[in-house]
Amino acid sequence: MEDVSAKFVSQKISRTRWRPLPAAALQPPDVFATGSWDNEDNRVSIWSAGDLGNAGLNGEYHGEPHLLCDIQHNGDVMDMQFLDQERIVVASSTGTVTIFRHHQNNQTLSANHRWEKAHYHVDQDTSCGGAACTGVVCNNPEIVTVGEDGRINLFRADQKDAVRTIDNADSSTLHAVTFLRTTEILTVNSIGQLKIWDLRQQRNEPSQIFSLAGDRVPLHCVDRHPNQQHIVATGGQDGMLSIWDIRQGTMPVSLLNAHEAEMWEVHFHPSDPDHLFTCSEDGSLWHWDTSTNVSEKPSFLHQGGRSTAYLSHSTINQSVVSAWLSNDPTKDRMEITNLIPNQTLSVNSLDVLGPCLVYGTDAEAIYVNRQLFA
Amino acid sequence: MDESDTEPPLVVVPGADPSARQLCFAWGPAEVLVCETLFGRAGGSCFRCLSRSPSPSRFWGEGWVGAAARALTGSVAGTGEGAPSSSRVFVVRRDQDIYIQTLRKLFNESHGIFMGLQRSEEELAGKSRKAQLVQVSKNYRSVIRACMEDMHQAAVSTRDSALQGQYSTQVSILSAMELIWNLCEILFVEAAAAGPLLLRLLDWVRLHVCDVDSMVREVLSSESPSKHKLFWNVVDVFVLQGRMDEARHLLSKEASANPTSMNMYKILDDLMKKMPVPSLGNTQTLTELELKWQHWHEECQRYLQDGTFASNPHMESICKILLGDEDAILEKKELMTTWYHFLVTRLLYSHPTVKPLELRFYAQSSIDLFLGGESSPEPLDMILMAAFEFEMHQVIKECSIVLSNWWFVAHLTDLLDHCKLLQSHNLYFGSNMREFLLLEYASGLFSHHSLWQLGVDYFDHCPEYGRVYLELHIERIPLSTEQKALKVLRICEQRQMHEQVRSICKIMAMKALRNNRLGSALSWSIRAKDAAFATLISDRFLKDYCERGCFSDLDLIDNLGPSMLLSDRLTFLGKYREFHRLYGEKRFPEAARLLLTLMTAHIAPCSFWMTLLTDALPLLEQKEVIFSAEQTYELMRCLEDLTAGNPDKQKFQDDDVETTKVEMLRLALARNLARVIVKEGTVERS
Repeated sequence: MEDVSAKFVSQKISRTRWRPLPAAALQPPDVFATGSWDNEDNRVSIWSAGDLGNAGLNGEYHGEPHLLCDIQHNGDVMDMQFLDQERIVVASSTGTVTIFRHHQNNQTLSANHRWEKAHYHVDQDTSCGGAACTGVVCNNPEIVTVGEDGRINLFRADQKDAVRTIDNADSSTLHAVTFLRTTEILTVNSIGQLKIWDLRQQRNEPSQIFSLAGDRVPLHCVDRHPNQQHIVATGGQDGMLSIWDIRQGTMPVSLLNAHEAEMWEVHFHPSDPDHLFTCSEDGSLWHWDTSTNVSEKPSFLHQGGRSTAYLSHSTINQSVVSAWLSNDPTKDRMEITNLIPNQTLSVNSLDVLGPCLVYGTDAEAIYVNRQLFA
Repeated sequence: MDESDTEPPLVVVPGADPSARQLCFAWGPAEVLVCETLFGRAGGSCFRCLSRSPSPSRFWGEGWVGAAARALTGSVAGTGEGAPSSSRVFVVRRDQDIYIQTLRKLFNESHGIFMGLQRSEEELAGKSRKAQLVQVSKNYRSVIRACMEDMHQAAVSTRDSALQGQYSTQVSILSAMELIWNLCEILFVEAAAAGPLLLRLLDWVRLHVCDVDSMVREVLSSESPSKHKLFWNVVDVFVLQGRMDEARHLLSKEASANPTSMNMYKILDDLMKKMPVPSLGNTQTLTELELKWQHWHEECQRYLQDGTFASNPHMESICKILLGDEDAILEKKELMTTWYHFLVTRLLYSHPTVKPLELRFYAQSSIDLFLGGESSPEPLDMILMAAFEFEMHQVIKECSIVLSNWWFVAHLTDLLDHCKLLQSHNLYFGSNMREFLLLEYASGLFSHHSLWQLGVDYFDHCPEYGRVYLELHIERIPLSTEQKALKVLRICEQRQMHEQVRSICKIMAMKALRNNRLGSALSWSIRAKDAAFATLISDRFLKDYCERGCFSDLDLIDNLGPSMLLSDRLTFLGKYREFHRLYGEKRFPEAARLLLTLMTAHIAPCSFWMTLLTDALPLLEQKEVIFSAEQTYELMRCLEDLTAGNPDKQKFQDDDVETTKVEMLRLALARNLARVIVKEGTVERS
């Protein structure tokens, strides 16, 4: 594909994240962050997606991503998320959670705040024994982290100590976390369970447990539908995509055969949730499209106009209810495309925002696709 | 490579002083550990003796020696910080280039090309297959070039002079690699025939002789090129490289400035224009070309003899070059800089239809003429020479010795092998050369903390020893996080490496157990289907239960599902927990039945029977009768078995608490039996 630009970066990429756009922005995102893993020294880096000044006549972008700044990071970057325009929260395999600040005027990164060993085995004070922090999610100013120690931490960006810690929240490893509502979170673990936690309750028990029947296949990632909060997507070790309706039942509504190996990330498109993206250890990245009729597809994505998007919201939602939750065998209405043919090494992370997709691989390359819906 | 004709090179480990202390060593697949011993110096130094000795092992004999000349680097792993009495351990790795940051791009990108080549269709016959292979070769070269540019950028931008030197060295190594690869592409992969062969060689020279480029740029960008003092040099460069159109363009400028000699220029221009060149298409046969060329040659000869250019020495020398006059060409030695440029120029003007197999004679005489006995040929010259002689194995051998990495030879050999050019060239070790080199390269990748993932795919394409190597290497990957463990596990599972799967899961389970994460530990042992370990963990769970009176990690135990059947103890754990759940839900008859089955079916370990019987107590004391007469008899038998048949009988009698328990149980059982007889009797009668 000619509209994808790639860059080999000499480090294995574990996470890629677009910087969120300011509320009134019309232009596509142009800055993203990456984290590396399995290096002797790992780094958190901020990149510019390509030279906007070089935009050709047809709006094509030339030039590969270039590095704005980077900073050394202790341990593998396990997960990261932007807290706001400037701050980024990074989870480390050492169990430490760090907030880095990106100073945009002089293009530098600095550690803003650090919770040492937020996740740990046995004893927090000993010199060793940190447990990998596997997932982080932010809803400014709140930060929730989960880890291999089965612990859930709730931090606030401005407070030194954890606001709330649930020790032994899970007997197995927690792999990922996301916000369901402002006070509720969703976690997935290594024995195929999806749990809802209500942070208002003082009880250290999940308010609901959902699980895969049978084989207890570990779940690795979770994302919630941006508009309809009861629709949740998870990805498992066998590459299966599960769609859950958390209003009913304890089992997934549909199981969709997808990748051949671990699904590392799943993301609904934030403004066009008819589209879903998944990436996997088998080196593929899939685009799931449930917008039933191509001609009906709202075209706001290409124009980037917010007003059109707002107007067409209700109609989109209608189609989505039937699309993601439909239980009948009309799966053929879903259009699935593999965006990376011939890739061999794992795609560890992806992020979508507006018409742009960024993903990073174990082949030490980052890719930016700026015309997803072209 | 196939004979031990070179003495193994010495390996210098910086910091290790064999004159002060004896060194000892241990070698692994990718590293050698060297350490200082407590013994004082006695006789020669250990390490030197060793590397001189004839191949003590496979690794040492072939792999290490091939790489050793360039690639061994010492790094101090654990040091005693200068304390004279303490010993130090040095980690000696063989493939130094693996650790250069910029080259990681080369390794990763070429990995993709390599995989593409392995997947490519062998079915494509003849031309399309050849075109495909040439494309692959070009892709490899473009990766080398991209890497070279990055390295060049790095060299320019760094202020550290030592680093700059390092980068510049790498740039020159990469450019030599590209030069060799390109020649191999022309001669072996594409196997250009007479005619097109010359055109390819010309492209090759134009691409790689870049020393004159700056001069050309300087002259062309000056205000009036024809007045520039280097003007004629540039014209010569163009002529020597066969770039006729550019040469004519320059000459026309000079001509317009010298109206007096216009005629002379016109004739030369005409000669240059008319020079017949081989075409890439099949429009003309070689004989046609030779005929035309003969005519043109004679025409040049005529003009030279009748002194047309006598008034202008520059033009006369150009005419001589056109005639292929060796002395005239050799005069321009400085402009050609290399002997292979000289060779190609010579071929262009005297043997344009040279056949591939004739190349060796011209190459040999060119190098002799060009160097003129002043300097001896360098390794690069030897490699190119071997290529011109179509000695593929020699090329690979020389490259292995000279270049500082395995990347080049491994990939080139693989490509040539796909071209079906390397007949099964049997080595006296291993399988064949392709596999041997790929194994060496991949082993180097595995010694790197991060590049090991690339190595896996290379091992996959070594049919004979790849699997064994992979098995040995994969077990040595440190498993720092569960995510990394999962990735390694996936690699093993895809290849049905059951032994390694088990060992990885066991390592992870042990780690989890040490960290008191019983749930995780159990998950890992279930994944490994490791019954013994599952039993061990189940026992820990049961022990915890006995101590605390409640279960931990209920979310896991309640959801065991079919994996419960992995070990008896795990089954018991799951079932026992189920009993508690049923009891908690007040489903007493079901709970009672399950409890009894646990004992009668010998699912419960004997040591646990007492606990189970005690659990039966409250059920026996319920208002309703729960155990039937038959079940009560069974329970009694269990109790008797336990007290009578148990070798620990003595213990029961000694222990007051236990005795009381047994007494209470007997009482409860008797009372229950009484009640049940009454109840059952009543039911039957009514």
